[in-house]
Amino acid sequence: MSYLEYTVKTTPTGWRKVLYINWPLVILLTAVASVGFLMLYSVAGGRLDVWAEPQMKRFGLGLAAMFVTAMVPIWLWRNLSVLAYLGALALLIAVELFGTVGMGAQRWIDIGFMRLQPSELMKIALVMVLAAYYDWLPLRKTSRPLWVLMPILLILLPTGLTLIQPDLGTALLLMIGGGLIMFLAGVHWAYFAVVIAAGVGTVFTVFESRGTDWQLLKDYQFRRIDTFLDPSTDPLGAGYHITQAKIAMGSGGWTGRGFMQGTQSRLNFLPEKHTDFIFNTLAEEFGFVGGMSLLTLYVLILLFCIFAALRNRDRFSSLLTLGIGLTFFLYFAVNMSMVMGLAPVVGVPLPMVSYGGSAMLVLMIAFGLVQSAHIHRPR
Amino acid sequence: MRRTPKESSDSWRRISRRALLLGGVQLGFAGMLGLRMHHMQVDQADEFRLLAEENRINMRLIPPSRGRIFDRKGKVIAENTPTYRITIVREDAGDVEDVIAKLSALVELDEDELNRALAEMRRSAPFLPITIADRVSWESISRVAVNAPALPGVTPEVGLSRFYPQHGNFAHVVGYVGPVSERDLARYEDPEPVLRIPRFQIGKVGVEAKYEEELRGKAGAKRVEVNAVGRVMRELDRREGDNGADIQVTIDSDLQDYVQARLGHESASCVIMDVEKGDLLAIASAPSFDPNKFVRGISVADYSILRDNDHRPLASKTVQDAYPPGSTFKMVTALAALEAGVLSPDDTVWCPGHLEVGSRRFHCWKRSGHGHVTLEQALQQSCDVFFYDVAMKVGIDRIADVGRRLGLGTAPDVPMSATTSGIMPNREWKQRERGKGWLIGDTVNASIGQGFVLTSPLQLAIMTARIATGREVHPRLVKTIDGVETELVGGQALDINPNHLRWVRKGMSSVMNTTRGTGYRSRVVAEGYELAGKSGTAQVRNRVVSNDEVPWVERDHALFVGFGPVNAPRIAVSVVVEHGGGGSSAAAPIVRDVALQALYGGTPPLDAYPSSDHDKIKELQERLDRERRERAEQARGRA
Repeated sequence: MSYLEYTVKTTPTGWRKVLYINWPLVILLTAVASVGFLMLYSVAGGRLDVWAEPQMKRFGLGLAAMFVTAMVPIWLWRNLSVLAYLGALALLIAVELFGTVGMGAQRWIDIGFMRLQPSELMKIALVMVLAAYYDWLPLRKTSRPLWVLMPILLILLPTGLTLIQPDLGTALLLMIGGGLIMFLAGVHWAYFAVVIAAGVGTVFTVFESRGTDWQLLKDYQFRRIDTFLDPSTDPLGAGYHITQAKIAMGSGGWTGRGFMQGTQSRLNFLPEKHTDFIFNTLAEEFGFVGGMSLLTLYVLILLFCIFAALRNRDRFSSLLTLGIGLTFFLYFAVNMSMVMGLAPVVGVPLPMVSYGGSAMLVLMIAFGLVQSAHIHRPR
Repeated sequence: MRRTPKESSDSWRRISRRALLLGGVQLGFAGMLGLRMHHMQVDQADEFRLLAEENRINMRLIPPSRGRIFDRKGKVIAENTPTYRITIVREDAGDVEDVIAKLSALVELDEDELNRALAEMRRSAPFLPITIADRVSWESISRVAVNAPALPGVTPEVGLSRFYPQHGNFAHVVGYVGPVSERDLARYEDPEPVLRIPRFQIGKVGVEAKYEEELRGKAGAKRVEVNAVGRVMRELDRREGDNGADIQVTIDSDLQDYVQARLGHESASCVIMDVEKGDLLAIASAPSFDPNKFVRGISVADYSILRDNDHRPLASKTVQDAYPPGSTFKMVTALAALEAGVLSPDDTVWCPGHLEVGSRRFHCWKRSGHGHVTLEQALQQSCDVFFYDVAMKVGIDRIADVGRRLGLGTAPDVPMSATTSGIMPNREWKQRERGKGWLIGDTVNASIGQGFVLTSPLQLAIMTARIATGREVHPRLVKTIDGVETELVGGQALDINPNHLRWVRKGMSSVMNTTRGTGYRSRVVAEGYELAGKSGTAQVRNRVVSNDEVPWVERDHALFVGFGPVNAPRIAVSVVVEHGGGGSSAAAPIVRDVALQALYGGTPPLDAYPSSDHDKIKELQERLDRERRERAEQARGRA
């Protein structure tokens, strides 16, 4: 490469950064959040103060956090990655020791104005630390066993901590998300083949063991699987909720029953109607059109992340943006599969829509990182 | 950190390849979610919508209002009155303890009921109303209503409950209602859903039970929208049910009231029947009890008081108890003899005071004997030997046959509980029931209404009505249902020679209207109101000592049957006073008094009574007036 061919690329600095903020992403996120406000207003029976208003305040806070995050240069974020990871890990341990018990699990730390869920923070911190790790690691070493072991440890540590909370959903998301980042970073196919084969083998063995004297799962755990596969086997227990959720969604039809007219959610047949199952209210009140609109918004945000990553030639930025897009995808894909009866109910919120503080704030900060990578791209 | 350009571009290629691959998978998954949504919301929409409707729509029953019961003149016997109760909804009350404390300052709260309510509150959903005070007075309810703003979650509620304004007067006739029990439900093959409503009341005994279907009516229904826990959100539509039919009974409540008061504290019963249609004008069993106590479940203490009373207030003695009819049976023996042609009115029988039958000696009540007696004299003085003699000539089977024609031995068809058929024995009966052959002594005993013969007071009244009219009178208790008059049964002439009946009636008239008659002291002197009758004394056990020397339960039952006016009978009366002693002294005055009340349609003039009785009648009238006043006061206190 000759000197003449070399073009000087610069990174925006100072107030000019604002010009480079990706506004379409901000608009997309605001649109998704607004769907959330609307639905929270509806499931509260036309009351703002119950869920919609606190959620709006949090979104405002989230927007501010996103802009602040975006302004910080991406290289600084890279250098802070390990610190973020260690911080999140420390919080996860702290939650084990001093956390608040709620809904049968120990998940929160009360920090005064809100209840922080460290496992949410960890989702982003893990993406950051893995991106930084592969940014640091010379490419030729990517697939060497020793250097593969390192990220696996980075993933398993927080996964294990979330499992004891217990929060199976988040633990699975961390594991799948982390593994996929390793895949994106270029770890050799063979490793994944082995893991997938082992996974399939395990599932097969577990099912085969049923009814034998070396049975690997407890009877109730098998029953839970049965319930998921056929909700009618437990119509008043766990199956009840998923059946009611499907009824809510199915009865929406093309255009839905109209805003605030959803009988399933308004009459409380729907479980967790303001958190995990809020999509069913949307689907009931706005029908297929409403549900598809939200899905389209999600896909647009996802596509934005993928394209932004492709335009980022810096390895950290790329992997970070892809990883955040992936995390976002896993959120809505798992939640929607769950509420449509395609996956077991594991307690994953619908991103930016479900009522909840930590998840929204953390996601906004994550998109701040995406914005930072976008702004600080050399042009 | 430094990297070579080669490495950098190589790394980029690999990331972008895999990113595109993963992006493709993600888009594919999103597409699949979209297809799934389409499948559920478009292809299966109808199915799911149906399921959603089933979820939210619920049918609720509207209990019908129970039909009322009136007497023959339209006076209320059973009605539905509002009852007030106070309910509390936990979720609306907020601080339940505080609200209850405030409430107890306004209303007297029962400790037990309060504890039960608190326990119930802990168990049930927070939005369900829990009753914390039942049967609250109107004053208390209005105090609560006025203070409603200070009592969140507290609601004064009004419901309908059966009320019997005449209290004890109709307890045995009309019966009472009570909460549906498991046993009640078991009676029905497919119980109506309305029966499963908590606190729903159905007829337990008497007319209330026999006409349950008519009185209950048909439940209405409303479609309501409910939420997941069953709370009613709004009403969608409503179909009113049919209220129960009103029933009018043949009883004259004023007369019934008089009879009940006249029987007083005796263990006694009285039936007054209209001989024309068979309408029961009064049918009283004393002592009585207040059916209102049973409506919402009687307390164990109250129940044991009623159960352990030796005068058996719970028994409906007029239809449920059977007594030896004693000498009131003599008309049957006489008619059987006349019908068989073994007796004519002029025949006489010699009564030396006893009759030898085989090796046994049967006594007349008059040890010195009556001498030569005719039929009329035999009835008049109640000569036993006369009837021993003619009965032996006729035989039990023909006596039983006449008895049956007069209504004995079969249960009268009245809508009251546990109606007995009594016993009208014959040879076949004894063989079947006792496994023994009929003896001549059995006939002798039966001829004067002792031995195996048993009759209920109602049967005695029917017998008397049939003798008085010569027609097959059947009792009628229900006059109209829903305004439609009930059918009259019977009424055709009896298969008995009218002349024979006339002769017997003449004898019965002599009983009351001739100086030697056993009922003469209880005669009526008002012209046109004279009665005819027959006394009876039923032996409770064989003994020779006099009544005064044995305990109450071993004394004779006193009976008297009568009809009047003697020349154009309108009513028939029977009275049984348990362990009352002689029929002519204990039962006959009651028959005279109640019959005059019935014939006059109110209090008769004093000169309807023999002058020797005037003082007693005045005293009696004062006592009844006083008792009525007391009962009226008591009723006001209870209401």
